[in-house]
Amino acid sequence: MTTTEVSWEFFEEEIERPPLTPAQVAWRRFRCHKMALVGVGLLIAIFLYVIVGAFIYSEADANRTDLSITLSPPSRDHPLGTDGTGRCILARTIYGGQISVLIGLSAVIVSVTVGVLIGAISGYYGGHIDAILMRFTEAMFNIPQLFLLILLAKLLSGKIPTFKLLGRSFSGSVIVIIGVIGLTSWMYLARIVRANFLSLKEQEFVTAARCIGSRNFSIIFEHILPNSVAPIVVAATLGVASAIINEAYVSFLGLGVQPPTATWGNMLDQAYHHLDSEPWMWFFPGMLILLTVLGINFVGDGLRDALDPRALTQTE
Amino acid sequence: MRGKKVLVKTESLKKHFPITRGIIFQQQVGSVRAVDGVTLNIYRGETLGLVGESGCGKTTAGRTILQLYRPTSGRVIFDGTDLTILKGEPLRDMRRRMQMIFQDPYASLNPRMTIARIISEPLRAHKLTSAKEQVDRVQELLRLVRLNPRFINRYPHEFSGGQRQRIGVARALASNPEFIVCDEPISALDVSIQAQIVNLLEDLQDKLGLTYMFIAHDLSMVRHICDRVAVMYLGKIVELAIKDELYDHPLHPYTQALMSAVPVPDPVVERKRKRIILEGDVPSPINPPPGCHFSTRCPIAREECFHQEPPWRDVGGGHFVACHEC
Repeated sequence: MTTTEVSWEFFEEEIERPPLTPAQVAWRRFRCHKMALVGVGLLIAIFLYVIVGAFIYSEADANRTDLSITLSPPSRDHPLGTDGTGRCILARTIYGGQISVLIGLSAVIVSVTVGVLIGAISGYYGGHIDAILMRFTEAMFNIPQLFLLILLAKLLSGKIPTFKLLGRSFSGSVIVIIGVIGLTSWMYLARIVRANFLSLKEQEFVTAARCIGSRNFSIIFEHILPNSVAPIVVAATLGVASAIINEAYVSFLGLGVQPPTATWGNMLDQAYHHLDSEPWMWFFPGMLILLTVLGINFVGDGLRDALDPRALTQTE
Repeated sequence: MRGKKVLVKTESLKKHFPITRGIIFQQQVGSVRAVDGVTLNIYRGETLGLVGESGCGKTTAGRTILQLYRPTSGRVIFDGTDLTILKGEPLRDMRRRMQMIFQDPYASLNPRMTIARIISEPLRAHKLTSAKEQVDRVQELLRLVRLNPRFINRYPHEFSGGQRQRIGVARALASNPEFIVCDEPISALDVSIQAQIVNLLEDLQDKLGLTYMFIAHDLSMVRHICDRVAVMYLGKIVELAIKDELYDHPLHPYTQALMSAVPVPDPVVERKRKRIILEGDVPSPINPPPGCHFSTRCPIAREECFHQEPPWRDVGGGHFVACHEC
């Protein structure tokens, strides 16, 4: 049996357009999403606020009390006013913002790690492992998250010493809050990942990988996980927003990050008795939380559309 | 086929998929007998065709031989090793020697991996080459399947169906296997591309001394590529013979009906050709008929066929058939 020899030149002409990776396709779609770009803009603004602001105001400014100017409204010296012990609200929102954003991101890293691991193992192996892990997940779901947050925050507070990071010292309660928020918000993600694994593991390329003799580890992390990256990224993005809000809850209840370290959440707590009389105390930190969460949600929506696998095939 | 060495041997191989009912306490209420006792030998260097209509268990048989499905009972002996008792690492090690080419060139390549990563996967899984040699090996494989080696950093969606199937072939060849199950490798492709892939597979067999099990439903393509052909019906092999013998002198009534369905590209002959049209549908594999599985549709079935399973017997010249009548 002879075969027709095909020369290379034939193929050279075939594809002239530089190839697009799946990531490039997603980026092109993301760029077309107006709200997502607004979200990115908001987030960049917030990041600049908490980072550039730190070069103008020192942390000592944020924590310096001055009893002669307590509860003063916005003025030239203190553009956003002062709080009940005369601390500058502007400086406190800058340093508090660093903590809030740090907590938001780190808590999501914790919850994504736990959620992805549990979901992946559960979905891939199935059977008894799946049953046990999923019942555990459901049990966690059924305990109100706020209750868990309060309980764990109360039990663990004060157990971890102060530490230093990037030239700033953080109270140990930050670590506690990150852990607590991360470990109470992974269940939703675990379910998404499990559902994705259940459908993807039946795909033929997974069968092909098994046939080749790839190890389970590489099938999970090289084949299935990259294909479920879209829902994970979306859930993680939205998770940052809810972690910031959760931090605000716990701090509002006085169980979160302990003063004098500021966070947007505990600033709201301190503003509680001044709702009518000194609105600047809650307006600015509250507004920053609102804008951050809004920005993150816009970006999450944009990512969801950009990473939609059906959309991906359309652009092909 | 005398004097040739057997590479793969199956002994009354069965694969039954359980049907369960109940949410918490699942109980088995029946089973789909996808493969229900397949015994065959595949000789080193040959191409064995496996034909049959949709749902007769061809694909399941192929996958059970490769241990992608663990058999319900029976044995698969690959070069003297019983695969059905192997587990974990020893089985993984054996996978290097047997590979599969899949039917759907779209679904069988991971859309998020580059061609280089797809083809080098067997090399990485079995640590066959160093990272440096890997690129050379991938390019060599691409040349072997007549694709441009410059394509290594592209993604599967940038290729046509035929090109993707070549990538699938290159991946199957990467670990230097001895045995490849081709699971309808051409049925998802255009006719013009089918010929290219089939010729490629034949060339590779000559060059690399491969043994194929070729699953298909296109009978003329099977006649072209295979040395021997097995006909499957409802989980069982009903007839097995050297291809010309099977095509020219089919014995089993099912094979006869199947062969009569192949159109002849000559209008004069075609007009005179007699078509055997079977009545009824294929019975459900959940509840196959007792005795001969084909008895419900067989034009020449007699009393015995409905009660007693026909024996698998040699009618001479390596021609096997499972039928009471012939």
